[in-house]
Order: sequence, then C-alpha cells, then structure tokens
Amino acid sequence: MAKQRTGRVMAQVAMVMNLDKCIGCHTCSVTCKQAWTNRSGVEYVWFNNVETRPGQGYPRRYEDQERWQGGWRRTATGRLKPRAGGRLKKLATIFANPKMPSIQDYYEPWTYDYENLITAPLGDDVPVARPRSLISGEPMDISWSANWDDDLAGGEELGSFDPLVQKLGERVKFSFEETFMFYLPRICEHCLNPSCVASCPSGAMYKRAEDGIVLVDQDRCRGWRMCVTGCPYKKVYFNHKTGKAEKCTLCYPRIEVGMPTVCSETCVGRLRYLGVVLYDADRVSSAAAVKDEKDLYPAQLDLLLDPDDPEVQEAARRDGIPDRWIESAQRSPVYLLAKRFKVALPLHPEYRTMPMVWYIPPLSPVVDTLTSTGNDGEDAGNLFGAIDTLRIPVEYLAELFTAGDPEPVTRTLRRLAAMRSYMRRINLGDDPDESIAEAVGMSGNDIERMYRLLALAKYDERYVIPTAYGVDEADKGVIDEIGCSLDFDGGPGMGGMGGAAPFGEASGRQQPATVENFHALRDRQTSDERSGPPRRFNLLNWDGNGRPPGLFPQRSDTEGEERQ
Amino acid sequence: MTPSPLDYLLWGALPYVVNAVLVGGTVWRHRYDRFGWTTRSSQLYESRLLRIASPMFHFGLLVVIIGHVIGLLIPESWTHAVGVGDELYHITALSLGVVAGVTTLGGIALLIWRRRTTGPVFSATTVNDKTMYLVLTAAIVSGLTVTLLSAYTGFSGGEEVDYRQTVSVWFRSIWILQPDVAAMSAATLGFKIHVLIGLGLFSLFPFSRLVHAFSAPIGYLFRPYVVYRSRDRRTAGTTRPIRRGWG
Repeated sequence: MAKQRTGRVMAQVAMVMNLDKCIGCHTCSVTCKQAWTNRSGVEYVWFNNVETRPGQGYPRRYEDQERWQGGWRRTATGRLKPRAGGRLKKLATIFANPKMPSIQDYYEPWTYDYENLITAPLGDDVPVARPRSLISGEPMDISWSANWDDDLAGGEELGSFDPLVQKLGERVKFSFEETFMFYLPRICEHCLNPSCVASCPSGAMYKRAEDGIVLVDQDRCRGWRMCVTGCPYKKVYFNHKTGKAEKCTLCYPRIEVGMPTVCSETCVGRLRYLGVVLYDADRVSSAAAVKDEKDLYPAQLDLLLDPDDPEVQEAARRDGIPDRWIESAQRSPVYLLAKRFKVALPLHPEYRTMPMVWYIPPLSPVVDTLTSTGNDGEDAGNLFGAIDTLRIPVEYLAELFTAGDPEPVTRTLRRLAAMRSYMRRINLGDDPDESIAEAVGMSGNDIERMYRLLALAKYDERYVIPTAYGVDEADKGVIDEIGCSLDFDGGPGMGGMGGAAPFGEASGRQQPATVENFHALRDRQTSDERSGPPRRFNLLNWDGNGRPPGLFPQRSDTEGEERQ
Repeated sequence: MTPSPLDYLLWGALPYVVNAVLVGGTVWRHRYDRFGWTTRSSQLYESRLLRIASPMFHFGLLVVIIGHVIGLLIPESWTHAVGVGDELYHITALSLGVVAGVTTLGGIALLIWRRRTTGPVFSATTVNDKTMYLVLTAAIVSGLTVTLLSAYTGFSGGEEVDYRQTVSVWFRSIWILQPDVAAMSAATLGFKIHVLIGLGLFSLFPFSRLVHAFSAPIGYLFRPYVVYRSRDRRTAGTTRPIRRGWG
C-alpha cells in the first residue's frame, strides 16, 4: 500500500484504563465529584462513574441507541449525520428535545433530613434522618442511583436489562457457572468526532485544537440540551440550576500544567494512563464513515500517527505542534497500549464518534473460571484454550469494544494471557519462553515492556503529560495580580459575593480556571501569609482547646491581642 | 380629536424609552451576564407536558410574530396595490391570527399549569419568571381579545376599527423619529392596552429569560458539525479584575 500523505496533524490527550485492575472502589467517582460536581444543579451528575457490567449503566440503559438516538448514523450516501437528526430537525425540535433523558433515568438526587436528629422532641423512638429529594425537597423513597446495581451483574433481575445482553439474546443465560462481572469506569470520551459538539446549535461546545479536550463554553451555551441527546455515552449533563450543559473537562486546568486528571491521580488500582497521541485530523470523518461497523476500530487505529516517524514529526511541526509535545507523544503510554501492543480498545466504536478513552478488556473473568474449575489460571495453553471456549464473556466484551467483532478482543486477551505466563516463568526463575510471546505475535521484549507498563505502572510512565501550549510562552505561569484579588466583578470587593444573582442562580461572570490562575492559587494557598478576609472557623477541625481566632466574633477591645 | 398630553407621553415618548431599555438592556446583559443567558429549561424535571405545550406555544408565537410584522410594517396601500382587498386581507389575518393566538394561549396556559403543579418546576421558578409570565400572558390575552372584538364588530355590521390606519401608521412613524401620536390616539382602547402591555413586555425582555429568543441558533444551519477552537488566549487577562460597566 502506498504511503498516504499526512494530513493535518493534531494532538489529543487520551486515556487508557486497564479494566483488569479495577476493583470498583469508586474512588475516581468520589474525588471527581468532590472536585467538579458537588454544587447544586449537578447533584445527579457524575462526570466519572463506575458501572458494574453486565448492567444497565448510568443513566439507565444509555447504550440503547434505538431509544436515545446518540452518536452518528451513516446515511445511504456514505456521509455521517447525528442519529437524532440533522441541522433542520434539530432546529425544528428545539422547543422540546424529544430524546432527552429525564432525571429519573439518571436518578433523583437526595439528601437526609439531618436536622430532625437534633430537633426531634424527646420520645421513645430514636429520631431518624429521612431521605429528602434534592429536586423537589419532598421526602422520598430511594429506589435507584448511579451505581444502584453495583456488584449485582449477571443477576437475571438486573443483568437482563443490559442492552448488550439483550443484543446477545438467548446465548447469555446467567447460569451460575457462567456468570462473569467486571467494572467499567467511564468518563467523557473526548472523541475525535464528537457528536455532542455536532449537536450543539449554539456552537458553544468545541474540541480544543491544542489538546483535543471537548469543552462547553459556559458563556455561549444557551441550554438547548441537544448535546445531552447527541452524546451516545450520555456524558454531557444539564445543570438544572444554571440551565447550562456541563461535562467532564479532562481536568484541563490540571492537564495544562502537566498533572494527571483527578480520577487518574486518585485511582487506587493505578489503572489509568494519560498520554498524547498524534492523529490525522483530515481523515477523521472518512474513518468514522466506513461502511462496516466492525471496520471502525481498525479505522480509528489507523488515524493514530507514529510519533517516531520523521515524516509525521515534520508534519506535526508544520501544523504548529511544539517539539516537546512530539517528544511527549513518543513516550505516550496510550500510543503504546492502543496502537503498538493493540491491547487497548475503544468503547463502542459503532457510535462512530472515535472515542479517545481506551480500555484494556479484563482477563479476569477467564482466569477466574479457569481457577475455579481447578485448572492452572496462569498457564498459557490453558488460558488460550479458555479464551476460545468462554464465548460469552468474549462476545460481551466484543459488543462493548469492537462493535461485536470477537477477533480483536480475543487477540487482546491472548496477549494479556501471554504476558501472565511469560512473566510467571521469569518470576519463578525459569528461562523466558520466547514461544509464548511469538504465539501472540509479540516479542519477549515487547511483553516485558508491556508488563512494566501494566503491572508495575510507575507514576511517570503512566502519566506523560506535556504542559499547555498555545498561550504566549513568555506569559506562561507569570501572573501579576494587579489590584485586590477580591475585586473581581461580583466579588466581595465589589460588594457582591454570596448574594442572589440577578438573573437566576449563578448568573453573572465566572472566574475561569486557567494555567494562569493555577499558579496564583497555589501561591496563595501555600504562602504563610493570610491573603483573604478573616475566615470562619471550621468546628470539625477543632480539638477543643483554646480559643482559636475566628471561632467567636471579634471583640473590638481585645482585637489586637487575639488576632496575632 | 386632538391628542392629550398623556397621549404624547404614551405614544410619543414612551416608545423611545422602551427602545432604549430594550437595546441598552440587551447590550448590557450580554456584556455583564453572558453566563445567565439561557433558556433555563425545566425539561429535566418534567418532559411529558413540556413536549406538547412548549412547541405549541413557541410555534404559535412564531406565527403571531410573523402576523404582527406583516400587519404593522406593510402599509395598507401596498396590499391594495397588489390587489388584496380589505375583506380578503382581514379574513386571512383574522383566521390566521385567531388560530395562532389560541394555540399560543393554549400553550402558555398549559405551560403555566405545568409550572404551578409540578413541584420541582415550581420551586425553580423565580419572581422574575412570574412577572414575565404575567406580562406575557396579558399581552397574549389582550391581543387575542382585540382581534376577536374587532371581528365581532365587523361581523355584526358595526364600524370595524382598522388598526392598519391607526396602530400600524403610528408604529412605522416611530422609526422615522416622527411619532404620529394622533394616529395612535385614534385607536380603540383595546389596542391601546395591548400596545402598552407590549411595551411593558419589551422593557422586561433584556432582564428576563426571554433573552433566549435573541440567540435563536440560525447559524447552526451554516456551520460544520464539529467545532474546533484554540485555547482562549484572552483567559490570561481575565485574572485581572473585570469592572462592571462599559470600560
């Protein structure tokens, strides 16, 4: 095949998740929520959630695109159109989105009536804190949540509602011997061909040219809600208080300064990888429009450019990608796992969005079955045999990752199995068995490199993130905070802050999080001097001793000595 | 009939005040509160009623707006010139107007009912929203009433009041900065009330959720599906205080 001329090279910060290591602890979800969605209006929103598969997911049955109409559809002429309808249909249905999930499809968020615990009158019964809806404020019964079916996969009652299980039909029986389960953490896929962006009538959603992060411009979003429908992964959410769309930002303020996302940083299993991949932006739409859904995964892989290829490097420089990004792409764990070792697969390529969060499918269902039947779960022969026989997990994984094509899943699982048995020999002091590596089309060196990345998973090899470019290099990290830091519009210095906003909640100007104020914030947070107004005292941190400043209102005559 | 001082105030001065509020207010809102510029949709709370009521109201309103534009901007002499007689014009305008008006009114009635009876939607309703709903409904009701009244007088053989010789003439005269106060003061009370409520609605416009009408996403039809944008270079500047006002 003749080598194609490289089109416009773009860089993408992408992620890989190694599902074998996910223990379903939800730390990623919780830390993400604490960082990004612990505000009113997004109580029901989890930019990161962990699903038990088989299962319905969050929102319930989001993968049923017959119903939700997310992603792209290939037209008879071979072009792509948002599945929910093109431009005219979008505008015609703008007054009420016909395909928008309701709050019940996610879950109705709640809090507890804690006040009752201390205000209940003396009585024979212990007072309880009843759940109250955060939407209506009324007492409610909790019947569903973002991970209500946690660990219940495979149970007939819930598992049979999984759209993928229904697709596989009769073959999945959920007999006790055949049950399998794994966790699937999900964030926004930051797709190369994002259908949410395509669905936004206002043009408020965009893919950032420098790093491919898909964002919502909060100042331009008008709340038409088409993006919620457009995203087949249902990872764009509607903030019902501000009336704007919100989504996972790939923690861009952290990524810009070279730090991993919150979900990656806090991952207990250390299963997330972040790195830059270079891709050919000119070929994205044709790759996403290949006829056979099963060709979408190879087409997507084909978009990724080899950062070691001098021709690619030259094209990247031509398109304004700085050298340090190219160097970073050369060390990218994502490129290594997705393209070179081909063990990371995209989630639902059949949506034609070219997702950029890749998954290494779990080998554990296979190993578990082997060991539970008394076989050696780390013997290459056994494992290869089991992968071929255990059809159901493989077919299910194929529905998730390769539009139903079992071949790439089998290949991946065989490679993971080969790694297991190859490394076991070394750990037991035997000679490396090159034939195991060859059986899966790899070399011993490759396997050891993959082992280092997947099993040892060193911090600086998992996260290879170059700092942002695109701002004036000279300006980067240099902040001059002229004037009072509280003197922003609506801030305390302007007599605002905390008061009701004029046109509904959270109207007025927002302070964007950027590289620039990241450094300013860090300086302020780590300096010994107090920079803000006198803070209120946090009772939870009080050890009961003394009289800490801020606990009581200042007395004017003693102010001088108490302040210190 | 000579116009009274009140007529000069209402039909000579007020339109310009409202215009200034509408334009100035919108510019101000756009500069100061782009984040609050949204439909503030409540579809997440309740979808079943909204999916009937909202399109009903909005599409009805679009026809009503088109009707207003035709009735107010196109002079009577023009329609005569192309051979559309008064009778034909009025029957068309009336039937279309009544259908669109009733649809709009039905839509907004359903929307208000939904807003009042659906707990989460009601608790998300601000005073601002309530004021806006009140004025908007009043405008629709008064408009529909004068339409039906003029039809009734027309059919019962009375002298039909032709708004095209009063309100429309006055409306066009505003834009050439020579308000024809006499023309407007000759209109019937019903029209005067409707116009006043309309002016009230316009001055409310920039300060309510109605602004979402100004961002009707027509540009969507002409842009590529996927939008790329470079990292905003100006964000570096926003760490410095942004002052309220025009600076």
